[in-house]
This record gives sequence, C-alpha cells and structure tokens, in this order.
Amino acid sequence: MPKELPADSVGFITPQSLHFDEPLTLDCGRTLPNFDLTFETYGELNAERSNAVLVMHALSGNHHAAGYHDGDRKPGWWDACIGPGKPIDTNRFHVVCCNNLGGCHGSTGPLSTNPETGRPYGADFPVVTVRDWVRSQARLADRLGINRWAAVVGGSLGGMQALQWSIDFPDRCHAAVIIAAAPRLSAQNIGFNEVARQAIMSDPEFHGGRYAEYGVVPARGLALARMLGHITYLSDDAMGAKFGRSLRNGRLSFDFNVDFEVESYLRYQGQSFVGRFDANTYLLMTKALDYFDPAAEHGDELAAALARGRTRFLVVSFTSDWRFSPARSREIVRALLDRDREVVYSEIEAHQGHDAFLMPLPNYVNVFNAYMQGLAREVGA
Amino acid sequence: MSFLRPEFSIISEWIQPGSRVLDMGCGDGTLLGHLRDTRQVTGYGLEIAPDNIRRCVEAGISVIQTDLDAGLSDFEQDSFDYVLMTQTLQAVRYPERLLDEMLRIGRQGIVTFPNFAHWSLRLHLALRGRMPVSKALPDSWYNTPNIHLCTVRDFEELCQDKGIRILERTLCDDRYRAGLGARLLPNLMGAIALYRFKRH
Repeated sequence: MPKELPADSVGFITPQSLHFDEPLTLDCGRTLPNFDLTFETYGELNAERSNAVLVMHALSGNHHAAGYHDGDRKPGWWDACIGPGKPIDTNRFHVVCCNNLGGCHGSTGPLSTNPETGRPYGADFPVVTVRDWVRSQARLADRLGINRWAAVVGGSLGGMQALQWSIDFPDRCHAAVIIAAAPRLSAQNIGFNEVARQAIMSDPEFHGGRYAEYGVVPARGLALARMLGHITYLSDDAMGAKFGRSLRNGRLSFDFNVDFEVESYLRYQGQSFVGRFDANTYLLMTKALDYFDPAAEHGDELAAALARGRTRFLVVSFTSDWRFSPARSREIVRALLDRDREVVYSEIEAHQGHDAFLMPLPNYVNVFNAYMQGLAREVGA
Repeated sequence: MSFLRPEFSIISEWIQPGSRVLDMGCGDGTLLGHLRDTRQVTGYGLEIAPDNIRRCVEAGISVIQTDLDAGLSDFEQDSFDYVLMTQTLQAVRYPERLLDEMLRIGRQGIVTFPNFAHWSLRLHLALRGRMPVSKALPDSWYNTPNIHLCTVRDFEELCQDKGIRILERTLCDDRYRAGLGARLLPNLMGAIALYRFKRH
C-alpha cells in the first residue's frame, strides 16, 4: 500500500460475496447445486441503475480490478483504467468485477468444498466455459438489481466474455468493449495452453489434481506454465527493451543456473504466481479459452452469432500483440460490419505485446476514455 | 478542417437522404457527422491517425482504424450506397486499386482532389521551376502526403479507361466558388475537383 493514495484511485476496497442457491447447469452437462461469487464494486450506482459497468478478468486475474486491499503494495490489475477521471470513470460509472467460477480467489472453484462430498472439489470441479461465466454473471446482475449494463468490458479472456455477453444477452448490454481479444483461439494459442497444462499435469506433485489431499502443490509445473504464458504476453521488442542480454552477475557462469536477467525475471514471475494461484484453476481457465467459439453453433459465422440486439462496440487491439493479434480483433470488427452494427475499432501502436491492454498508453487511454464518456452521456451516467 | 466545409455541403447535396455511406480517410469525422445530421445517413469512417480516431469517437462516429493502402477486404460487395474519399485519393499508394475497391463496396463513388493542372500551379512550376505550393497543396515536395497528384484530364481519362461513368462533376476555385472560368476551362481554372461516379 502506498503511503498516500493517488487522487485518481478508487481507494481502499473490501471484496463482497454473494451466495446463489439456485442450481446452475453448465455447458458440460453438470450442475453446480449452488455457488458463491466474490466481487468488488467501485463508484455509485445511480437511481436509474443505468450506469453500471461489468468488468471481466482474464486468465490470471480476479475480482480485484482497482484500488487497494488493506496492506497491499500494488493496486488491482486494471487500476490504470478504472478510477476517478480514468476511462472507466468511477465518478460516472458504477463498476462491478467478479471472480469467475472456477477461480481461486473467493468464488466457487476447485478450492471450494463440494457439497456432495464435503471435500474440496479439486480436480472434480467441472470444466466451465465462457458462456457459463456469463450465465453466472447475469445472476449476479439480477441480484444487484442491474437489468442492463451501460457496458460490458474486458481485455483478453475478459474481452471474450464481453463478446459472449453481447451474444447471449444483447438486450442487457448497451455497449461491449472488447480489448486485445479474439473470436476464437487459433491452433497456436491452443498449443501454448496445452504446453502450460502439460507442465502442470506432469509435475509429480499434481496427483491427478488431488494435490491438496497430499498437502502439496504442483509448484514447478504451475511456475513453468506461468513463465510460458508470460513470454507470450510480451513482445520480442518489449523483452529486448526490458532485459536485452543483460547478465545477472556480469559474466557467464558456464552452468545451468541463471545467467541472463530475463531468466531471473521469468523464474521470479513463475514462483510468485504459485503463491497466489491454484493449478486446477489455471487448467480450467485455459480450457475455457480453448473452448470459446461463439461462431461454432452458427455455422462458423460470427456475424450470425451477432444477429440479435443493438449493442454497440468498441474493439481495441495492439500492434505488437502476437497472442491475440490485431488481425483477430478485425475478425470481430468484420462480423459487426456485416451486421451493420455501430462499432469503433482502434489499433493502438504499442510495443508492449498482449500486456499493453493493462497499461496507460496515451492513445489507448484517449480513445477508451472518449468512448466511455460518450456512453456515459447516452445512459445518463 | 474548416476550409473543407464548403466541399462538404456540395457533397451533401449529392447524397440521397437516409443512405449508407463509407467515408475513406474520414479525418475527424466532420463530413460524416454533417451527413448524419443533415442527410440522416448511417455508415462508417475509415481513418488511420490516432488523434482523428479519438475525435471521431468524441463526435459519435463509427470509425474503423484502417490503412487504406492495406486494402478493404473487410467490406462486402455493394454494402454501401456511397463510398466517399475527400482529399485522399492523391495520398494513397494505389489510387487505381482503391477506385476499384470503392466501386466494389459501394454503388456510387465520390472523390475530391486538388487539380494539379490549375493555372496557378502551372505558373508556379513554369516561372519558378519548383514544385507548386498552394492553399490546396500547402506542403513541400519532401513532406507532402500527396504522392499521386493528378489533373482533371488525368482523372477523367482513368475513369474512361476503367469504364467508370462520371455522373456529376464540380470544379471550383480554392474558396469553393464554382465560377464561369472553372465551368468553361475546368482543367485550367478549377483548383478543386469533385466527382460522383459509378460503374458502367
């Protein structure tokens, strides 16, 4: 926690939780008899309930999108874009962000107790999909008394959820903001996810996902998965600028310990991730990514999936993002053009790779800000 | 942008109310906003400069960040009533290909460009022996975005070669006055050329 809160911070935040008793049937065919969702909110809901914005998190994110938890040194993962005067302006909007089902930060997931067995779900937690998440988020919206979101917003896997919202509940989204996302994963994307899963599942401490029962975690596997993921979130240029070939100790060691700064950084990223993330959740999140394909049930025509509703769209991509490249965002734009939908597409010149969506890059912030201000006027926020 | 506004009112009169319009190189969205407000058009702007994208968003214009030189394959055939390109034709890498694309995507095309055969430019080149600079062409040769300048005669010849039928033509001076001179001797007296055309 910084000594003094920045003026454009939403401040200290306490997460909330709601319990849902009505069973939720999932795409896999299984049913969650009940579930909890942990979430945070920032900014006031107006009397008309017209100014609510749903923010959805990516693979390793959670409900803590902005502000500070007591004792934390760093703010939430999208603090760059959420707060007073920021693109998602909490002076105008009421922001809701929940931890997704299958997550490991409070919402029902592999760490939760399975009511049928009295033990943690662990590997038994059902494989959830983006559609399942959207269904559960719609239940949350019902409970919060939010009939229609001013915007559903997300980057990466969060952007995919925003797209799914606009398809499944077009009447409940005034606008959808889809950043650094794709309409479906490519074979290369799925390949990276599979390597990450193999790293976790081949760790001797994985125990078929029942590692909790053995009192261990597949730390090496999860760290490897994170290291691999991290490389794909950065660009070659960004890694070059940050590390180059800098040596950790000024000279080559001629062994297999850390020589280069980049190795040290990746090891640190991997190890610190193990302390805050659950391996089974990582498996679930990567599967949700792989399975996401809203066009599949519409003859592979994304435009057909987007046939209903009048949701308007902001689609943003970043030039150096090779995990979800601008070409993938343009597939979404093209489908929206086919449907004659109101859409703004912005391709931000950035060298930071996929992670650019988390950063306060001026051109990105400016267009995001202008778009959200326009929405605020339209919905009376 | 203010000096372009007279051009916008000429274009606006060419456009049927309620049409669907694509504006290639839409700048800050002034023309599309004008057409939306006065002609009830719907459609999109294509633009490449980030500051213009932001201004379009502020004006409530549906703008798609696009490099016109990279082609327009995202757009279906005949998906617009009009495809507009104001003061942009001379700045693209492949003007001929873009004209084809305009008439693939739209039923009619509208372009405007500075006429390089205007007497003042001819005089400038003839007397000073240097690349002409004028109100319509304010940049020097080394920093101008205009890499494919043409004349009225050049453009009409290209249209003829490509089987493009010119439906309407207006030549005016650099203050957008369509005087007798520009009507009688368009290639000599017209500073700005405006065309509406379609496929034969």
